[in-house]
Amino acid sequence: MITFATVWAWFTDPANWQGADGVPTRMLEHLKFTGITLAIALVIAVPIGAWVGHSGRMRWLVTGANAARAIPTLGLLFAVSMLVSPLFTSSLAFTVPSIAVLVLLAIPPLLSGTYSGIESVDPAARDAARGMGMSDWEVLTRVELPCAMPLFLSGLRSATLQVIATATIAASISLGGLGRYLIDGLASQDYVQMVAGSILVALLALVADLVLALLERFAVSPGISGRGQGVARRRRLRFGRGGDAAASVKNSTDAPLGADPA
Amino acid sequence: MIRFEGVTKKYGDGSGGESIAVNNFSLEAPTGRITVLVGPSGCGKTTTLRMVNRMIDPTSGVITIDDRNTADLPLAELRRGIGYVIQHAGLFPHRTVLDNVTTVPRLLGTDKKTARLRAMELIERVGLDPDLAKRYPAQLSGGQQQRVGVARALAADPPVMLMDEPFSAVDPVVREQLQNEFLRLQSELGKTILFVTHDIDEAVKLGDQVAVLRVGGTLAQLATPAQLLADPVDDFVAGFVGRDRGYRALQFAEAPELELTNEPTVTIGTSASEVRAVGQPWVLCVGDDGEPMGWVRAGAVSGEVTRDLLQRGGTVASTAGSLRALLDAALSSPSGRGVVADADGRFAGTIRASEVVPVIEARQQSVAEREDAAASALQGEATPA
Amino acid sequence: MTWALDHLDQIFTLAGQHAWLAGLPLLIGLVISVPLGWLATRKAWLRTGLLTVTGLLYTIPSLALFILLPPLLGTKVLDPANVIIAMSIYTIALLTRTVADGLSAVDTSTRQAAVAMGYSTFGRFRAVDLPLAIPVVAAGLRVAAVSNVSIVSVASLIGISQLGYFLTDGYARSFPTEVWVGIVACLLLALVFDLVIQLLARVLTPWTRVAA
Ligand SMILES: Nc1ncnc2c1ncn2[C@@H]1O[C@H](COP(=O)(O)OP(=O)(O)O)[C@@H](O)[C@H]1O
Ligand SMILES: [Mg+2]
Repeated sequence: MITFATVWAWFTDPANWQGADGVPTRMLEHLKFTGITLAIALVIAVPIGAWVGHSGRMRWLVTGANAARAIPTLGLLFAVSMLVSPLFTSSLAFTVPSIAVLVLLAIPPLLSGTYSGIESVDPAARDAARGMGMSDWEVLTRVELPCAMPLFLSGLRSATLQVIATATIAASISLGGLGRYLIDGLASQDYVQMVAGSILVALLALVADLVLALLERFAVSPGISGRGQGVARRRRLRFGRGGDAAASVKNSTDAPLGADPA
Repeated sequence: MIRFEGVTKKYGDGSGGESIAVNNFSLEAPTGRITVLVGPSGCGKTTTLRMVNRMIDPTSGVITIDDRNTADLPLAELRRGIGYVIQHAGLFPHRTVLDNVTTVPRLLGTDKKTARLRAMELIERVGLDPDLAKRYPAQLSGGQQQRVGVARALAADPPVMLMDEPFSAVDPVVREQLQNEFLRLQSELGKTILFVTHDIDEAVKLGDQVAVLRVGGTLAQLATPAQLLADPVDDFVAGFVGRDRGYRALQFAEAPELELTNEPTVTIGTSASEVRAVGQPWVLCVGDDGEPMGWVRAGAVSGEVTRDLLQRGGTVASTAGSLRALLDAALSSPSGRGVVADADGRFAGTIRASEVVPVIEARQQSVAEREDAAASALQGEATPA
Repeated sequence: MTWALDHLDQIFTLAGQHAWLAGLPLLIGLVISVPLGWLATRKAWLRTGLLTVTGLLYTIPSLALFILLPPLLGTKVLDPANVIIAMSIYTIALLTRTVADGLSAVDTSTRQAAVAMGYSTFGRFRAVDLPLAIPVVAAGLRVAAVSNVSIVSVASLIGISQLGYFLTDGYARSFPTEVWVGIVACLLLALVFDLVIQLLARVLTPWTRVAA
């Protein structure tokens, strides 16, 4: 029977806080996978998104990536794992396919966040920047990227939640991290452990989201966010998990923009 | 000086064909002057302007600035030497007003402190409150944004300015303010300016010379504003210049020395009996420094002249003003007598419309005679002696 | 291919269950988020509050939610109701913002005209704002539908029967074909949802089809 008391007992049991299966280790693993995945995905998605947004060429890359989000994450995880695992020996056989899938899932929100951020830059500002003699690189780094920050950060938030959620599921293909509590608990019928793990995962996701929301405060110019300046909110570009209405309408003609909690 | 020599711009229309946006366009925009490009929407004004800083490359033809071919100059160098102001200002939303204005000097390597000092100076110069420097563009009104746009374009002190409908997105009252301050600024700075607008009134008001373009990107007429109003070359230009042009042209006709009628005046506080003693239905009220304040209807004064009795509908012409201002002062005055003030703004006398009209007619006469003389002189030359 | 043909019956049964688990929450979510979205347009603090709460719910990873709901609701772990409720939560989280955005995007002059004609607040909402918000809401619904179809398959990890079964079963038996069949079936189902919603939106908004 699951009660508050049984779950509390799990959390207060020192045994659950030690060793390879302890909460700190699992939490760190989860963070490590999330961090590695996001780093790789950022390196791939941001330059491509920036380039597509800046040049207006090859938009199908973004639409294509968005359409690919309809693929069920669990299926992708299993399929890639079955394809890739045999190529590796040792524990890499589990981590490589998992990270690969996590990267694949993180790319679409980052790509479309970067792209739509840059694409939404006021054409007059871009025109003025070019007119005052900025090179393409200067226009991109001094005008377009700072203005794209809000939409890029929403993309980063979506991607982060997506990765945290999918890394949990990836425990079913033997990845470490907090998902182990859920999957191992299921196998051993230890429902208390499953609930405890679920609480930890949910907390991690919440905290990560809050941290990124805070980051938004520092990384976005008050001139764009309108924060603390009494700026008329007309220009405020908000873009929650699913994207702001305009962006989702625009993108939905091609593909859904929302991130799955997977 | 900006010179266009046979400049043409063609766009592919997407189906293999071509459309001509600017066609064999030649023009000289003299140094230190405002040259206005005006014409209906889609006639190629923006395209013409943007070919100067090579935001658009001409299909053929040459554009030179001070006899240097723009096509041979490095792009960044060319553009940094040209101030560029566009319709919606195009301010950078993530930068404060101050940082917007320092953009080009910073790109050119000016140190931050110097750039900021100069930017503050410019911000005041374009008529903005220095307190606005810390704000972001989204916190400014359209008119203020446009002023920042002008300040930003002036920041590196470029000799040449390109302005594409800079004032057309603001309301008429603000537009007029911006236009007046722009003229004041230009009288101080003396830039070589190419100014695009679709508004003929704006063109006539701001231009030292006005180039009227027709759809298809050809030059229909290049003239001073006065010539343009007085003598449009064809029906297109006449239609574009619009109605009232006879009247509007008078704004370029300086008023000659005129016999003004002196007028008994009253001040605030003058008693009703004194007002009636003037013996006229309308009496002019002046302020402490002799400046005209408005007309008072004698019959309406009970007790003494008060401010709310003043009828302020009439415009005030200046002795140094135009015939248009004189005529308008007469036509807008409830008494039929137009108020004229001297250079210091003191009441100088009144004039009736019936007195202005003969002056206008005499002027037309002399213009016609001068043209006849010029024409016969030409003929004389053409005829072999 | 032959495997898929041999298992057509099973595919259709599971697809039916999958459609139910992903589709019913769309309806529930829509019915709940329309009033919530409307509330969010009424007052700034309501908007902030509602969007914060729904946003937080949306951060909870699906597997965790599937596991946390039974002790909270007192349901059995294998009860499909858990999935329905979890998916409804995600749908509401996504749609509330969309509905609010869609409603506030209605042209101000249109709205003022409606007020001037004497519509009551609710009458205007029903007759003017809501119909005009349909395209935006439909776009949000499409996002939710595709996302739901994908998330529902995760529930097969805790033994709820739907197309995700092919994924877990295929993986457990090291039989890739079955996994691919599961993936393709999910994609087709998502496509069907997407087309149905687009079709409905088209039928409901005849004015958008008048040649521009
Ligand atoms: N990038 C472009 N591609 C094709 N045609 C263009 C392009 N830019 C402008 N044109 C066409 O060139 C003509 C002149 O445009 P423009 O210079 O913007 O006119 P204006 O500024 O006088 O309104 C118009 O007919 C316009 O449609
Ligand atoms: Mg134009």
